Amino acid sequence: MDITAQKPAAPPSPGPAAPEDKGAARGATRPGDRIFLGFSRGSGIFVLVLMAAIAAFLTYRASLAISKDEANFFTSFEWNPTGVPPEFGIAVLAFGTVVSSVIAMVIAVPISVGIALFITHYAPRRLGGTVGYVIDLLAAVPSIVYGLWGAIVLVPHMDGLYGWLDDYLGWTGVFAWEGGPARSLLTVGILLALMILPIITNVSREVFRQVPRMHEEAALALGATRWEVIRMSVLPFGRSGVISASMLGLGRALGETMAVAMVLSPSFDISASLLDAGGGTFAQNIASKFNEATVMGQDALIASGMVLFVITLLVNGAARLIIARRKEYSGANA
Amino acid sequence: MSNATLSPRRDSLRGATLPKWFAWAVAAGSLALGYGISAAAGLHSDVQWALIAAVLFVVGSYAVSAKIEGARQAKDRTATSLVWVAFLLAVTPLASLLWETAERGVKVLDGYFLTHSMGVVADAEPGGGIYHALLGTLEQVGLAALISVPVGVLTAIYLVEYGRGKLAKAVTFFVDVMTGIPSIVAGLFILSLWVLILKMGPSGFAGSLALSILMIPVVVRSTEEMLKLVPNELREASLALGVPKWRTILKVVLPTSIGGIITGIMLAVARITGETAPVLLLVWGTDFINANPFQDPQESLPMYIYLQFGAGSDPAYDRAWAAALTLIAFIMILNLVARGIARWKAPR
Repeated sequence: MDITAQKPAAPPSPGPAAPEDKGAARGATRPGDRIFLGFSRGSGIFVLVLMAAIAAFLTYRASLAISKDEANFFTSFEWNPTGVPPEFGIAVLAFGTVVSSVIAMVIAVPISVGIALFITHYAPRRLGGTVGYVIDLLAAVPSIVYGLWGAIVLVPHMDGLYGWLDDYLGWTGVFAWEGGPARSLLTVGILLALMILPIITNVSREVFRQVPRMHEEAALALGATRWEVIRMSVLPFGRSGVISASMLGLGRALGETMAVAMVLSPSFDISASLLDAGGGTFAQNIASKFNEATVMGQDALIASGMVLFVITLLVNGAARLIIARRKEYSGANA
Repeated sequence: MSNATLSPRRDSLRGATLPKWFAWAVAAGSLALGYGISAAAGLHSDVQWALIAAVLFVVGSYAVSAKIEGARQAKDRTATSLVWVAFLLAVTPLASLLWETAERGVKVLDGYFLTHSMGVVADAEPGGGIYHALLGTLEQVGLAALISVPVGVLTAIYLVEYGRGKLAKAVTFFVDVMTGIPSIVAGLFILSLWVLILKMGPSGFAGSLALSILMIPVVVRSTEEMLKLVPNELREASLALGVPKWRTILKVVLPTSIGGIITGIMLAVARITGETAPVLLLVWGTDFINANPFQDPQESLPMYIYLQFGAGSDPAYDRAWAAALTLIAFIMILNLVARGIARWKAPR
């Protein structure tokens, strides 16, 4: 009797909550059990308290700063929190963060899907395995190394591409280039794309691997070419997985600090051209302004970090939502 | 895989197919042409002629194939070449990253570099080393692991073995949320709590606190996955013998999954070892050896790379590359060992 009450539930299914809870409480009458349950439940509660504390402290410091801000926090182009009326706003940072992340996504998502397909469907088996392994390891390379490589190796190599873009697309204004080092939002976007490539590739590869063999063989039996197999069975099956992988990559690109801080030469204005040095992102601005900041300056930086926090929460939440929805009808045909 | 090998080559049924060497021929042709065009037009960047060659390859193989094999096969070839192009496009810079780090890193990386600090070395001078940074990294990461491993593993045990109802759901949700916190935000939180409110100065321990915020969710997630893999029969058998639940968890569940749990912890350690942003905000960095993580600024490997990069002289760049190589090697070794453990201790 006692034993059945203690039986652990199958983990994935939440099951009926109330009666089981009672059983667990009754099972924990032995002192050892009670202590152990206390410790593990305590850790769970600790995580909750930690999250609440993060939100509370950030909001508190941010509100201190924003209440003193004389300019509009969301639309001002100034960043002068120590000025005599303190004026600062996040317009430039929001612009830079969004633009660099969008560039990164535009480059990284198609290429990652390509590599994932390469590994799962095109490459000879051994090469695919090796590439997958190397990409796995690359996902672990720290961002500071990407930053060092970007600033010293990538930036000089961008000149050729920049010149070409300026020659042929300069008339649009978006790709106009005045010369000078290529420490612009476009380079940052390309570097971010490289950084999130391994993550998106890894997740997409796992999703493509799970495509039911039957679907592919059915398409092949109908005489489909390899591309038609991929278009008809692999991509539809993997779509939501790829979307959520991209969102996870986007979350990482939005919050990336050191690589951006090392490559970008920041300035507090918005330039129409992606190729001209200048602009900034939330994380980069915090890292580079932090050292000389007074308490008020730090509070202003915390306020901008708070905005970044909210944005990444929304992006990650959307990714989780897509993953959760996918779970509901993916197992049906395994 | 491809249907070409399954069916006999009967031209009356299959229609014309291009020979296997066709793709290689087009590739060689477009490489030569791309190089020729860029040489003729006076372009200097390696990237440009490679891009021209790639475009030529895709267009060329489509055109020829559409003419001989038909539109569907041509599309298939285009897709194949696009996938290869994607692969090469991504692999080139990533290989360059590893190659440059290795090549430039070995210049000053030797025993002296690993055992000396930057104490009396000016930024523009050669010499000096990363001893203080290694020490700081090991202490900060070690402290962070000491905080996050118990919390993370116990939280995972709670979620898998006990957790039902609202509390468990809330914990699961917020662990997910924590996974996505940007490292700089974790740094800002500890900054606002530790430095601005408790008025503590910068120290290695403050950095460890921020790192453990990043590490806890990773440990929880991986441990949870591993605990879920333990078959329920094992738990039931142990409980049926009258073993209390906590002893069942400690003596049956954890030993069964310990390999996977250790792997997850090592991967989490590898992840936080390279974090720079929280260290920048909370530990500050120094050129001197500070073995006490609870007081005064410390150095760490990523921070060292950042400071040497900022110094901006050639010897400093050399030191930055060497430190980057050390850091990558450290993380790769952790990763490989973790995988080794996972394979060795895999549930049999």
